[in-house]
Amino acid sequence: MQIFPCPFCGPRDETEFHFAAEAGKHRPEPAPEVTDTAWSDYLYGADAPKGRAREVWVHLTCGEFLLLTRDTVTREVLDAAALPGRGEAAT
Amino acid sequence: MTRYSALALAREGLRGHRGWRPAWRKPDPKPAYDAVIIGGGGHGLATAYYLAKNHGVRRVAVLEKGWIGGGNTGRNTTVIRSNYFYPESVALYDLALRLYEGLSKELNYNVMLSQRGMLIAAHTPMQMEICARIANAMMLNGVDGSLMGPQEARARLPLLNDAPDARYQCLGGVWQGRAGIARHDAVAWGYARAASALGVDIVEGTTVTGISTTGARITGVETDRGPIACDRLGIAAAGATPGLVAPLGIRLPIHDYALQAFVSEPVKPMLDTVLLYLGTGTYVSQSDKGELVFGGGLDRVPTHGQRGNLPVQETIVSGLLEMFPAFGQLKLLRQWAGVVDVVPDSSPILGPAGPEGLFLNCGWGTGGFKAIPAGGWLLAHMLATGAHHEVSRPFDLTRFAEGRLIDEAAGSGIAH
Ligand SMILES: Cc1cc2nc3c(=O)[nH]c(=O)nc-3n(C[C@H](O)[C@H](O)[C@H](O)COP(=O)(O)OP(=O)(O)OC[C@H]3O[C@@H](n4cnc5c(N)ncnc54)[C@H](O)[C@@H]3O)c2cc1C
Ligand SMILES: [Zn+2]
Repeated sequence: MQIFPCPFCGPRDETEFHFAAEAGKHRPEPAPEVTDTAWSDYLYGADAPKGRAREVWVHLTCGEFLLLTRDTVTREVLDAAALPGRGEAAT
Repeated sequence: MTRYSALALAREGLRGHRGWRPAWRKPDPKPAYDAVIIGGGGHGLATAYYLAKNHGVRRVAVLEKGWIGGGNTGRNTTVIRSNYFYPESVALYDLALRLYEGLSKELNYNVMLSQRGMLIAAHTPMQMEICARIANAMMLNGVDGSLMGPQEARARLPLLNDAPDARYQCLGGVWQGRAGIARHDAVAWGYARAASALGVDIVEGTTVTGISTTGARITGVETDRGPIACDRLGIAAAGATPGLVAPLGIRLPIHDYALQAFVSEPVKPMLDTVLLYLGTGTYVSQSDKGELVFGGGLDRVPTHGQRGNLPVQETIVSGLLEMFPAFGQLKLLRQWAGVVDVVPDSSPILGPAGPEGLFLNCGWGTGGFKAIPAGGWLLAHMLATGAHHEVSRPFDLTRFAEGRLIDEAAGSGIAH
């Protein structure tokens, strides 16, 4: 069993966490000007990085979303942080 | 190529088996080919074979970074079936199944196809209704599928858990009699041997490090053994595909996850079909050697490491014991994982991408072993003619921007 850190609850079982999305995706706007290609890339496109990755996860037990920095080869969790507030960029 | 036959076996038996030759040549890569295929898994090797066989394109190389079949082709649980929901999917997977049915003869290589049937088992009246819907869809799509009732399911699976307190009672489910299993290594080796005999170079131990273009056209690949020129390039590299095309500015709808498999110690024959339980998500078959081969859902952690996590192991093994309590006496022999290329609609990506001359065959996720003959057939068609085959067209990458997803995760209730 791997232990994942939640910035709000501390170290918890990996089974309590769920992967949501790769970090750094921004919903393209305004909607009427968004092309089908840009929209489908937002919905489905992925970098699937090998090695260091920044990902949005949700801790299911507390319901908070968080940013994990992980190594996708070794599965090591390098950092866990709260999501930036509205208007601040997630990178 | 010497033909394999009962006579050859008898002759070699008398000579102490000293006359067998390597099944495929081990050439050094040439500076240029008419077509290059990245990835020596089942799909890449089948592509090379059908390019040579169906289209007469023989100056072909398959570039494999490790050894052929060392990716998911040699790591999977070998279930073959065409019990999908949408017409496009049935057309694709049944093309594969029909080709599998003639494959040992076609390749002169025993791929040990065993059409022992597969049951997707339901546990509630609602699940039985979904199974009826799938069986009806299969019949409408012209493949063998039927709804199996509880008596017949129990008769076929006498060791099933039918205790009154069993968590998941088996009410029957969808049955496909032509489904079954095959020997995964033999599929890779058989295609490699037959392709090599037609002049294809199978180049193992060679990693593609970059794709060269003029911007508009493919001109070749960079490898750790130097550049190779070609104007037609097929990529059949499963989970490595996104990384290979990213420098061309192509972003694919693929996430990479680990999928695990397990093998028990061998025991006498006791299970002669393939069984998937909707309730546990665990599926199992018994190999010709007597081992139970089983697996289940994905590890839900994106990864490129070929290693599984413990919680999913626990879910899969406990699911098996719920289905067959008697299996609790068995020891596990091996456990491993492969990195699978999962697409949001659980359907593959087949078609052109980016510069002219580039074609993809990827996104098979957890279910591409059963599709190998079709994936190869279709990628060969695209590389040879530059255009889609009618079976591959619906699986084009444009389906995401056009909102034409072929959502088999929802459609046929596949395990992943
Ligand atoms: C545990 C498990 C169980 C499964 N069970 C089933 C099942 O029961 N039924 C089913 O139908 N499917 C199943 N699958 C899925 C199936 O194994 C795959 O979809 C299928 O094997 C994919 O074949 P492929 O040829 O596309 O990929 P692979 O066999 O993975 O081949 C890709 C090859 O590309 C090579 N490569 C990658 N990058 C490079 C590079 N840069 N240069 C050169 N070569 C490169 C790799 O080394 C690899 O050999 C399972 C998968 C797993 C992991
Ligand atoms: Zn928390």
